[in-house]
Amino acid sequence: MGMIWSFIHKLGSPKWFYGISARLMPWFWVAAVALILVGSAWGLAFAPADYQQGNSFRIIYVHVPAAFLAQSIFVSMAVAGLVYMVWKIKVADMAAAMMAPLGAAMTFVSLFSGAVWGVPTWGTWWMWDARLTSMLILLFLYLGVIALRGAFTSRDSASRAASVLAMVGVINIPIIKYSVDWWYTLHQPATFTITGRAAMPMEMWAPLLIMVLGFYSFFIALTLMRTRSEILRRESNKRWVRDLAGETR
Amino acid sequence: MSLSLQARKLACERDDRCLFEDLDLDIRAGEIVRIEGPNGSGKTTLLKILSGQLADYQGELFWNGMAMRESRQAFLENLLYLGHAPGVKSALTPLENLTWYQALAGDNDNEAARLAALESVGLAGFEDVPAGQLSAGQQRRVALARLELTPRPLWVLDEPFTAIDRDGVAALEERIILHARSGGCVLVTTHHELRNTDELRRVHLGTGGQPHGGF
Amino acid sequence: MAGSETQLTSGDGRSVSRREPGGGLAVALWATLRRDLLLLMRRRSEVLNPLVFFALVITLFPIGISPDPQLLATIAPGLLWVAALLAALLSLDSLFRGDYDDGSLEQLLLTPQPLPMLALAKVTVHWLLTGLPLALMAPVLGIMLSLPAGSYLVLAFSLALGTASLSLIGAIGAALTVGLSRGGVLISLLVLPLYIPVLIFGAGAVQAAVVGDGAAAHLAILGALLALSLMLAPWAIAASLRISING
Repeated sequence: MGMIWSFIHKLGSPKWFYGISARLMPWFWVAAVALILVGSAWGLAFAPADYQQGNSFRIIYVHVPAAFLAQSIFVSMAVAGLVYMVWKIKVADMAAAMMAPLGAAMTFVSLFSGAVWGVPTWGTWWMWDARLTSMLILLFLYLGVIALRGAFTSRDSASRAASVLAMVGVINIPIIKYSVDWWYTLHQPATFTITGRAAMPMEMWAPLLIMVLGFYSFFIALTLMRTRSEILRRESNKRWVRDLAGETR
Repeated sequence: MSLSLQARKLACERDDRCLFEDLDLDIRAGEIVRIEGPNGSGKTTLLKILSGQLADYQGELFWNGMAMRESRQAFLENLLYLGHAPGVKSALTPLENLTWYQALAGDNDNEAARLAALESVGLAGFEDVPAGQLSAGQQRRVALARLELTPRPLWVLDEPFTAIDRDGVAALEERIILHARSGGCVLVTTHHELRNTDELRRVHLGTGGQPHGGF
Repeated sequence: MAGSETQLTSGDGRSVSRREPGGGLAVALWATLRRDLLLLMRRRSEVLNPLVFFALVITLFPIGISPDPQLLATIAPGLLWVAALLAALLSLDSLFRGDYDDGSLEQLLLTPQPLPMLALAKVTVHWLLTGLPLALMAPVLGIMLSLPAGSYLVLAFSLALGTASLSLIGAIGAALTVGLSRGGVLISLLVLPLYIPVLIFGAGAVQAAVVGDGAAAHLAILGALLALSLMLAPWAIAASLRISING
């Protein structure tokens, strides 16, 4: 127990996090760039075209990783909120605050790529496809968390309120997803859905897997980077940050 | 029966601004403790922490020797807190306001006690007038009637003298002293200069939060 | 306190004793229910406004779309549900605001009673005076939208069941924004996405009844959503109120 506690508190120290993240961050950047380059090249140039959709299916190499990430970021945000509320670890809240816009952006990317995919497939920019509808609702959930955090004058209150809302949201996401899927099947759609495809051959899903990993590395690297600058901003009156500034000058 | 509220190494930081730190307090039965300090020195925040409203502090609080986090229920059973806002509903009559507070404290419905409490603060005859039609001072007195209505050993009063007239101030001051003498304790912030009595102690919070002249 | 100060000073001079924690939760809950009901009955317009809003929105649709009864009948279940949902949202902002402004909320937080239960009492009053009247009124508006016969009971019942969940979920939003001076629009942004499952199964129930499919499954899911909200929402409301009061 004692060891776990000291570990948690060490993790909670912004200074410690600032140090360890500096060592971790380059690895994630390298992984992100390498994986995304390999995945894009493979997916866009070498993977075979879909027998039904032709080349337009290749948008899934952006759409699916973005959609995965959009959902994972919301869950991470809620977990960070829980950690902040239970153990009062400020770094967790800083990370959560930095994740929200990134998650919203990823949700938007997945929506936009879905719309672009819709033009050749459905002949329209928007269909009330189950996945796209869920994504749209997720975007609203993100915007709610961001707006709530921005509405408070006290930053401590803002952090707590955003944490609670993220936790409430994460409990609701599976319920929303299930309801929307149910609603969609009830209204019997005419065309096929963006991800409701049969088993993909290996040449198609291997680059997809690489892209997903690349997107996750990108998310981790970017969150580390943004959290580091947030630490400096919030701790700017602390001695260790001043020392740091003195060193580099 | 002895009462004690202790704070050890209490510190509070809000939005990276340190309000106070290393604050040690011992509040015992029979004491009136006045928290002093300039605006923004964290008086209200300290009262909120000491009344168990605000959990965002460093250090330890003890109620009768038990850690506050474990004895919260017992602590709240013994606390009467009056905040900045009187907590009086303007659409309800003073009597109806007190009915809710009586029930909220877990006491049984007792109209005689409510009438007596209102009379003790000089609101006899105003029992059934909607509180919205009363003056600010009278509304404050409705809140003060709770001191009589629900006897609790620990009083935490944030600016209780606001809006009441000179006679009212004198009466309330007497009531506070009486409460301390009969074994209760009172924590108070006020701009009103309290009479120096044996029971009175002062705790000063400075700007930026350094406590001066603690104990 | 002229003339009464003697009474104050002389008091009854009893020495003050420490209290042991006691019960009294039922008393406190009942008193909170009665107080909030009384408060809203004294300001009847606050109870009536959502109902008028509901009727008004329903009037806008035939004017904006078409008075064709067949068209209206197909979209009626969804329209009635969406309009009722928005009407219920309208009164949410005032759920805790009055108590916040006059300091009662602070007192509510400091009672020895569990805050989630007290919050639940307040939400119950909100539902009794918003959700339930909306549900009772909906069949009348259903007639105006040529809703097919046989679905009226399901409409009222699904709304009664669904608005209870809406009040519970909405109260979380109200509690989170009560400390903000302009929380009104923000509440909608926070709460509406969370309302979607209730809307899907509520409107679905009415639609199923119209088609003649039997709405039992939908209503059962609405009941399950309510059970889940009843279990979780009071804690979230309590936590949010604590944040709003103290940060």
